[in-house]
Amino acid sequence: MAERAVEAEGIVKRFGETVALGGVDLAVEEGTVQGLLGPNGAGKTTMVRVLATLLQPDSGSASVFGLDVVHQASQVREVIALTGQFAAIDELLTGRENLRMFGQLFRLSRQEAGRRADDLLEQFDLADAGDRVAKTYSGGMRRRLDLASSLLTRPRMLFLDEPTTGLDPRSRNQIWDSIRDLVRQGTTLLLTTQYLEEADQLADRIAVIDHGGVIAEGTGDELKDSVGGQMIEARLANAADRPRAIEALTQLGCGTPEPSASDRELTLPAPQDGITTIEFAARALREANIAVSDLGLRRPTLDDVFLTLTGVPASEDGDQQTDEYPAGERETAGAPR
Amino acid sequence: MIKRLGSTVRDGYIVAGRNMRHFIRQPQLLLFSTIQPIMFVLLFAFVFGGAIGGSLPAGVSYKDFLLPGIFIQSTAFRATQTAIGLSEDMQRGVIDRFRSMPMARSAVLAGRTLADLVRNLFVILLMAAVGYAIGFRFGEGVPAAVASILVVAMFGFSLSWIFAYVGLVSKGPEAAQSAGFIAIFPLVFASSIFVPIDTMPSWLQTIANVSPVTAAADAARVLAIGGTMGSSLWQVLAWTAGILLVFVPLCVRKYRRLQ
Repeated sequence: MAERAVEAEGIVKRFGETVALGGVDLAVEEGTVQGLLGPNGAGKTTMVRVLATLLQPDSGSASVFGLDVVHQASQVREVIALTGQFAAIDELLTGRENLRMFGQLFRLSRQEAGRRADDLLEQFDLADAGDRVAKTYSGGMRRRLDLASSLLTRPRMLFLDEPTTGLDPRSRNQIWDSIRDLVRQGTTLLLTTQYLEEADQLADRIAVIDHGGVIAEGTGDELKDSVGGQMIEARLANAADRPRAIEALTQLGCGTPEPSASDRELTLPAPQDGITTIEFAARALREANIAVSDLGLRRPTLDDVFLTLTGVPASEDGDQQTDEYPAGERETAGAPR
Repeated sequence: MIKRLGSTVRDGYIVAGRNMRHFIRQPQLLLFSTIQPIMFVLLFAFVFGGAIGGSLPAGVSYKDFLLPGIFIQSTAFRATQTAIGLSEDMQRGVIDRFRSMPMARSAVLAGRTLADLVRNLFVILLMAAVGYAIGFRFGEGVPAAVASILVVAMFGFSLSWIFAYVGLVSKGPEAAQSAGFIAIFPLVFASSIFVPIDTMPSWLQTIANVSPVTAAADAARVLAIGGTMGSSLWQVLAWTAGILLVFVPLCVRKYRRLQ
């Protein structure tokens, strides 16, 4: 039987009155990528900090490769590396000095640390900036240096806490490529993210976490299937047609169309036969004289999963932003299906 | 056990190297921590010196009296920067990385206090040079002068551990700075650093007499310029050892349990 890379049971962590984790179970198989998906404040970072031995849980137990994170913390630290949400690098040192220092602290000899530093600077496209103080680095460069700092000794288990939050698409893709390389080399990964696309792209299995608890777990496909089959998405030429379009589509008997990202888009579940439903939908819209710029059939996205599970659309800025929705709009968005 | 001690020393040395690089990369800080003590030397020697000089024992010049005291004063003030530096580290998140690594638990703290010790030695030597330029002399020979500087440096090292604890428990660098300053200011001035204690009101003399700062200043002074040692030397050594015995384990414990 393959050894579990991470095994956590009933992890509880409170900060004063706030319950950050309310009994989280998590299992990660060796050599896989486990995504931990949730909005800001869901408890993702707390969970990673418990597993990386930075925080002691109030109750529950967790182990990494069979080593208890509380009682065998120093042995756990031998096999893990952590790249946190805020680049944990030394801004007053150069990129090369950072890597050399962390390398030596990872028990590499001075020469080995120097060699690894050179290799990693090359690999992460930082060779030209290697002798500049890290304070002068861009956000993307800092994250790359941070990730490189975790790879000095090729850890068996790597924790990545929101590795791409706040990065531009190009930097994000660079980080993704590096992560895929690592996975090919057999590193087990626990990745937290608030981006559905990131979880979809990188993770083998995804645990959706909200308000300190895991509310769903499975592969991306399993999670999407749990929402139901295919969806019909209609994009209206005129936003003003929306009420009439909702009326027309409701009459098909497939349920009530959900508003999507923009007020010109509507999503309708297509429970049985997608092609038949889209035919009926097309006819209904034409008979109601509603101009449509796009009409299509698609699988549910993790966005739909998220909406179904939490009743709140996933937002890139997480909780804070959803809390600011006007009450009315929020009710519409959160209406149970 | 030996192996563990070896890796603790090695890790502490690596972190100390990092912190010393920080001094060089922040010239404004280095400038401040060298200019300020020099200004204190000049201020007390030339502005207050004339007024204070009269209350000194016969044959002792105020510049000679002052310099060993200023060594202690500037070392004590700089100890507060241990708190600030540590608390800045924690804000930056680099401490999180250190804590997730297989390195000695005490290395981050030892590296910080050791780097501060090296800086203290540097500043003391610089101040001694400025002292020599205005007429101060070590009068008891080289071994005694070295011993005097070592007493100051070791006392400062123990203070650094107190302030490391302040840094670990305070909420951010600003809080660490004001907490440190409030603690150190009365201690420094209610002592024999700038003036002989017998010029103070009797209630203050009582406080100053039991103050570790007085013991340190007296011991450093006697070693530097002569006089009767009394019990100051063993007092300051006892204080230094006692502070380290209490605060090193306290700091390591706190560091382990950081949230």
